[in-house]
Order: sequence, then structure tokens, then C-alpha cells
Amino acid sequence: MATQVDARGLSCPQPVVLTKKAMDSITSGEIEVLVDNPAARENVARFARNAGCSVEIGEERDGSYVISISKAGRKS
Amino acid sequence: MNQRRVVIVAGAIVGALSIILVATGNPGNMGICVACFIRDIAGALGLHRAPIVQYIRPEIPGFIIGSMIAAMAAGEFKTRGGSSPLLRFVLGFFVMIASLVFLGCPLRMVLRLAGGDLNALLGIAGFAFGIWIGTLFLKRGFTLGRSTAMHKGNGAVMPLISIALIALLVAAPAFIFFSETGPGSMHAPLILALLAGIIVGVVAQRSRLCLAGGIRDLILIRDPHLFNGFVAIFAVAALLNLLTGRFQFGFDGQPVAHTDGLWNFLSMSVVGLGAVLLGGCPLRQCILSGEGDGDAAIAFLGMLVGAAFAHNFGLASSPAGVTGAGKAATLIGLAVMLAIGYFGAVNAVDALSTVGGGKKTAGGSR
Repeated sequence: MATQVDARGLSCPQPVVLTKKAMDSITSGEIEVLVDNPAARENVARFARNAGCSVEIGEERDGSYVISISKAGRKS
Repeated sequence: MNQRRVVIVAGAIVGALSIILVATGNPGNMGICVACFIRDIAGALGLHRAPIVQYIRPEIPGFIIGSMIAAMAAGEFKTRGGSSPLLRFVLGFFVMIASLVFLGCPLRMVLRLAGGDLNALLGIAGFAFGIWIGTLFLKRGFTLGRSTAMHKGNGAVMPLISIALIALLVAAPAFIFFSETGPGSMHAPLILALLAGIIVGVVAQRSRLCLAGGIRDLILIRDPHLFNGFVAIFAVAALLNLLTGRFQFGFDGQPVAHTDGLWNFLSMSVVGLGAVLLGGCPLRQCILSGEGDGDAAIAFLGMLVGAAFAHNFGLASSPAGVTGAGKAATLIGLAVMLAIGYFGAVNAVDALSTVGGGKKTAGGSR
């Protein structure tokens, strides 16, 4: 099951910090990050891409976005 | 246009407009200074009575209105708030006082360096140092808590205050104070300054430009994205200063600046730390407040009150130097921010429950 991070309502750069912690806590797998503003969405997606993960951004739902991050097996 | 280009173009536009505003009347190296301009507005409203720094700077309402327009056009306007408003007020208050001890917000710090003012180097060093302290708190989980959706009326307040300020500037009733000498008397034409403000508001909203964020992300996640904007502001402003003969290299005799290196460093350390705890520099707070962020609006009001205190109690510096009271206020601000940072990190576990996906994660459900 995907690790979930709820970063809704948090100021910059806390969504990224939480995402980083979640990514560091697993060697591989899926992380779902929930954010509720476009700046956080861009920041989290950019951070995950820079870390070599594949990123998919879900449709907006009730003002929130789900960012799905897949971390490959290697240590990034 | 990709995000990277957007932030570079935004920085270039902000740098260019800053020099145009100086060329058309704003004080030296003060094309844009969020702290100085809020201070001038506080003076114009009579919240402080320093006669040389009173003017309703239309750039500030311009930032807010520009941000609102851009956010609405992009479907990003959202009324929200409730993330430790009082702590944000206090942070805004001390960010302003420390900025006025340095004599400039982070944006003016970059513009000062772009004008050849080497005192800004110590400011930048201090700013980066303060941001580094802030990142230590962030790594320990610092948060001021979550914001939530709020009644739409909250989102209308800052745009309406902005319109009221512009109306007061145009009408210029007798109860509004306008400086006859000093920096407050030097300003670009109203329409030009307002338009420049609106353009900056639009591009800063789209690009998420943030002077504190630039250095913070470099330290925290080694991401130069926002720092590119920082560099673009500097590069374009420095180039235009050189081309128009405004570049003046050195420490002494710089416009609206003092040469006290230690306090340039310390005051900007406080600004850097405060900006990280707030989630953005003073410019970013204006932009967020225009997008419907009530927490940023409270930080803005904290800055307005901080500006009034700074001049009512002799905390603000002048080209003659830093005052004793200003030094004390800077240190008090530092202590208050360290306390907010420390307790914000200690309480992080409570603010972010750790449930989700059946395993312990960094953030949980609300």
C-alpha cells in the first residue's frame, strides 16, 4: 500500500520536507502526497522529479491534488 | 513556458521595473522595497510621525491587486487561514523591525547590491545565516499548523484595503501625511508605480518568486529553482544600473543605507529566520495575501504595525547608523523567533498526526 502524506494547508516548504521524509523512509515504492495549493503541487512534483522519481499528478478534487510518486529500487 | 523560465523572466521583470521606478523618482536602490514601502504607508496613515517617510506607495496595493488578478485568472484564488495567525503577526512585526534596522527588505537588499552597495553583502550573509537556522527548525518538523478554507469575505479584505489605499492616495485628503522632504517625498508617478506594482504582483504570483525561498531551497533540498529568480533580479538590475550610470561601488555614501556591518548581518539574520518561519519573504507575504491567504494578510498587518513601532520608538536605522533601541529590538526579535521556531518544531508531532496507509508516515490525516 502506498505511503500517504497529507500536506494540505501547510506553508512552504513543509509539503516538500514531509515528502522528503517519506521518500527517505522507504527504499522503493509508492508515495501519495495530498496538497491543496498549486505552489505546493509544483514544489513537491519538482522535488520528486529531481530526486529521480516518476511523478503523476491527479485531477483536482475538492480543491486538493494527489501527487503519486514512484520511487525506484535504488537509493537516490 | 516551463516553471524555470517563468521564475527567471519574473525576476528579470522585477529587476527592470525596480530600476525604472528609481529612474522615474523612487529613492536610490529603492525601486521596490516592501519593508520601506509598508513603512511609508504606515507613516502616511499617521501610525508613525516620522516626517520623512510618509507616502502611500501604490506599489504595495499593486502587488496585492496584481496577485489577486493572476490568481483568479488561473483559478488559484482561495480564501484560507487559521495557521497560527497571532504568531504570524508577531513574526511579521519583527521581520519589519529588523528590515528597518538593515534599511531594506530582502528584495531591496538584492537591489542595493545591484547598485554597488557592498553593505548589502553583509546583509545577504546574515540573511542566508538566518535562513540556515530556519531550515534546522524545518528539518525538525517545524510548522505553524495547517490552514483551512475560510469564509470568502476574508479573501476580499486585502484587495479592498488595497483599493482604499489607492483611493486615499488619489484623493489625498488632509488627514493623510505626505513627506515634503526625504525618501518619502521621492516617488515615481502614481500611475507608473501602480502599474509596476500590479505587473510585479502578477509575475510574482505566477512564478512563486520568493527571495527567502531561493536560499532556503538551496540549503534544504539543493534546488536552485527559486534562487534563479533571485539571480535574475540582481543581474538585470545591476546591468541597468551600469548602463544608466547608477552603479556606485563601495560601502560609504550609499543611498538610504548605513555602514554598520555587524548590525547589517544580524538584522538580516532575523529577517531570514522570520521569513522561513512565515514560509516566505515580505514580497511573498503580499502576494499570498492577494491570493486569499488570510495568514499572509495577518503577517502583512504585523509588518504594518511593526513599521509604526519602528519609527515611534526610534528602532529604525538611518544613514547616520543603527540606534541602541534598534539593536535591542533586533535581539528581542531574534529571541522571539528562536522560541517560535523551537516550539513550532517540538509541537510538530501534535500538528501532524501520523496516520495513513497503515504505516507510520511523515504526515497523516487532518
